[in-house]
Amino acid sequence: MRSSVIVFPGSNCDRDIAVALQRMQFKNKMIWHKETSLPKSDLIVIPGGFSYGDYLRSGAIAGKSLIINEVIKAAKSGCLILGICNGFQILTETGMLKGTLLRNKNLKFINRDVNIRVMNNKTRFTSKYKLNQVLNLNIAHNEGNYYTDSNHLEQLKKDNLIAFKYSDSNGNTDDKFNPNGAIENIAGIFNDKKNILGMMPHPERMVDELISNSDGINLFSSLLD
Amino acid sequence: MGIDNKIIEKHGLKIEEYKVIKKLLKRDPNLLELGVFSAMWNEHCSYKSSRIHLKKLPTKGDKVIQGPGENAGVIDIGDNDAIIFKIESHNHPSFIEPYQGAATGVGGILRDVFTMGARPIALLNSIHFGAPSHPKTKSLLNGVVSGIGGYGNCIGIPTVAGETKFNDTYNDNILVNAMAVGHAEKNKIFYSKAKGINKSVVYVGSKTGRDGIHGASMASAEFDDNSDEKRPTVQVGDPFTEKLLLEACLELMKDDSIIAIQDMGAAGLTSSSVEMASKGSLGIELILDKVPCREENMSPYEMMLSESQERMLIILEDGKEKHAKKIFQKWDLDFVIIGKTTDTKKLTLKYKDKIVGEIPIEALASKAPIYDRKWTKKKVPKSINIKKFKKIGLKEALIKILSSPNHSNKSWITNQYDQMVMCDTAQKSGSDAAIIRIHNKDKAIAVAVDSSANYCKSFPITGGKQIVCENWRNLITVGAKPIAITNCLNFGNPENKEVMGEFAECLEGIKEACKFLNFPVVSGNVSFYNGTNKKNIYPTPVIGGVGLIEKLSQPLNHNFKKDKSLLILIGKTFGHLEQSCYLKENFAVEDGKPPKINLINEKNNGEVVLKLIKENFVLSSHDISNGGLIVALSEMSIGSKFGVKINKPKKLINLTEYFFGEDQSRYILEIDENSLPDVDKILKKNNIYYENIGITQKNYFEIEGEIKIDINDLFKINNQWYNNY
Repeated sequence: MRSSVIVFPGSNCDRDIAVALQRMQFKNKMIWHKETSLPKSDLIVIPGGFSYGDYLRSGAIAGKSLIINEVIKAAKSGCLILGICNGFQILTETGMLKGTLLRNKNLKFINRDVNIRVMNNKTRFTSKYKLNQVLNLNIAHNEGNYYTDSNHLEQLKKDNLIAFKYSDSNGNTDDKFNPNGAIENIAGIFNDKKNILGMMPHPERMVDELISNSDGINLFSSLLD
Repeated sequence: MGIDNKIIEKHGLKIEEYKVIKKLLKRDPNLLELGVFSAMWNEHCSYKSSRIHLKKLPTKGDKVIQGPGENAGVIDIGDNDAIIFKIESHNHPSFIEPYQGAATGVGGILRDVFTMGARPIALLNSIHFGAPSHPKTKSLLNGVVSGIGGYGNCIGIPTVAGETKFNDTYNDNILVNAMAVGHAEKNKIFYSKAKGINKSVVYVGSKTGRDGIHGASMASAEFDDNSDEKRPTVQVGDPFTEKLLLEACLELMKDDSIIAIQDMGAAGLTSSSVEMASKGSLGIELILDKVPCREENMSPYEMMLSESQERMLIILEDGKEKHAKKIFQKWDLDFVIIGKTTDTKKLTLKYKDKIVGEIPIEALASKAPIYDRKWTKKKVPKSINIKKFKKIGLKEALIKILSSPNHSNKSWITNQYDQMVMCDTAQKSGSDAAIIRIHNKDKAIAVAVDSSANYCKSFPITGGKQIVCENWRNLITVGAKPIAITNCLNFGNPENKEVMGEFAECLEGIKEACKFLNFPVVSGNVSFYNGTNKKNIYPTPVIGGVGLIEKLSQPLNHNFKKDKSLLILIGKTFGHLEQSCYLKENFAVEDGKPPKINLINEKNNGEVVLKLIKENFVLSSHDISNGGLIVALSEMSIGSKFGVKINKPKKLINLTEYFFGEDQSRYILEIDENSLPDVDKILKKNNIYYENIGITQKNYFEIEGEIKIDINDLFKINNQWYNNY
């Protein structure tokens, strides 16, 4: 499985995701944002961080960068795209995923481990998880408060495009367990074709028991299938 | 423009100092030169009041690669791995503009570390605020925390440990100390000593603006009621540019293009160029027309004194200019050759084809004034009679402490910091020390910061010793062998002989402890003039320590691990309540002497605890510090699902003294009951005093016949203050 990680100025989880991918035996390449072509890839990852310092609006400038046109092209031809944290923000800025990510409800940066529930396991990203399985992943963001209009929200539900919801350790998705104010506790979504996943929690931070836990591993092993 | 006394004073120089300048130059300086002198001769850059005392600190050791005098200290952790670290203050700017002050404090200390070739792997901080009820405290706390987070989170380096304290003494002068820790290959460390003449001097990074002009001079004066007017001297941070600068520098450092490199920190272009030239006994010539400027019509004076952030000065090997430029252009950073090294031993400043300033380097560096300021010895404080205080129940007193601002759980703060980015944080804040794995290796380092201002205020020699020992203990409890420290010495006005006495005696204490524990000081920073309107802060030296875990198999923290474990108290309990948190939180009393330190016991206890940990006998461990035994036990419960059942002490001792006494060199270890015979043997063999104090149990925090509290209640008591503030 060939993966490409896009590196923007200000990306800071690029090494972390590369380590996780290599650990899972992906043949990974790092792609600098000024490049105008992409190597043949089965998976493209847009990593977390503060691309372009999050100036203007998080993800806004990266959404207009040279390489992003190539990512859009690849996505259209069915390549798998994973956007984590700032990567999710970039995907919404380009319109590859609908909706937007607002400031956290408490107006503070939040870094902590949260529980999320797998809402759809019939996708290329989540097949190795059980439906409704609860994962413990780390979040680290200022703007993770997902918002979308009611039509799109209906579509997300109808077409089963919600990937993960914030929950407690038993999978209850009560608003109490919502760290950032995201609409209906949404932590990650797919596009219509389910070849693009955007998520705020960091699966790459949960692949090593010594450091955290191994709840992120199955996301990568799902992709290997 | 002539230079009169008012101008001299505005530059933070004394009239006598101005006379020395004239003597060194053999003429009057012009305004630009006066500015350069003021930047180099202020307390912050010259260490003029502290130097003779700092010299006494032990700075060498078999693991020390580089001690004080460089951008940061360097230690050897084996296998060609080096750890580079330093702590620095940004107190004055943070009081005036908390977000930017704290943010640029983080940015500055990071540059000190990556200038030397290290990739930063951890950030720590020690922040001190005034009373929570003081009108400024809340906004200062908010601003500082978001500033620290804002910078570290964006650049992508985990903020893993720290301390936050409140005391009236900081009402008008908060402390913001930031520590950075980096990893480098031992054979790839970069220094600031210039070598060779006619080498290109290159400016890289952000453009120069008018921010921070005279920042170092501001940091070298007391505050008064008009301090808010100093806001323009606070720099503005841009962590995004720093991230680019970090990556560009590390990329260039892969080969041998760099002769010397120095970040532009306090006193910007002036101090960076002078320091490199001074270390290499060379001269340096700068063509100021070439300095990349953010604003129009900047004068040479402004360029030389600006403290704009995210800039570096590099001296390159011949012929490497093109290669280096390509790297910086890739990262969209300015790269301009602004001068060259010379053999004149002078700083020569040219502007519009004219020499606008010329000063012998040694006049700025080695000939800068050094003061042996008058100081007085602190008298041994009077003991206080504990019996005169009203008797209160153990439970009531414990609740008071656990719910106090100083002891409440700090996750409100730490949740605003990215602690996990880089994916090597094996232990986050909330334990005695954080643990950071060395990337791609089995080994890890432990890091912690500590201070004990009230002990230092009461009796500085003991206070100085105590912080070093507490820091050493914090590294031991997570299973790390302590290696070296960095210190940030926050004091009041050194022209006051009592303050100077506190400084000299704290350092004496630090020296004694560091020497005895073989725990050298490899870097540090002095911050004087912390005070407002002649009121000086408590002497607040902060110690940042680094220890090594040779093979990290399971990070050790202080949370209880299971039901029915045995609890062992290492070290003797005498019941020292003077200067204790018990008196402070329950009676608002900060009197008496600090607890004594016996360095022999400290060393023995620590080494044997480390041995027990290494031999895997220890399930969890915690040092006993503020609040004594009972608070330490509470902390071990709160972080876990288990409480304790503690026996009443067998010896005749007052229960309050036993449970709240702050006697030093003590640890609590949780061990399996089956380990007891082996543990007992090791402890006896090494003549270590210990007591079996009880066991862990489910649900309750219990002291036989005295206290029984549901651990969920204990958790709640400890977790409400910040959320309600």
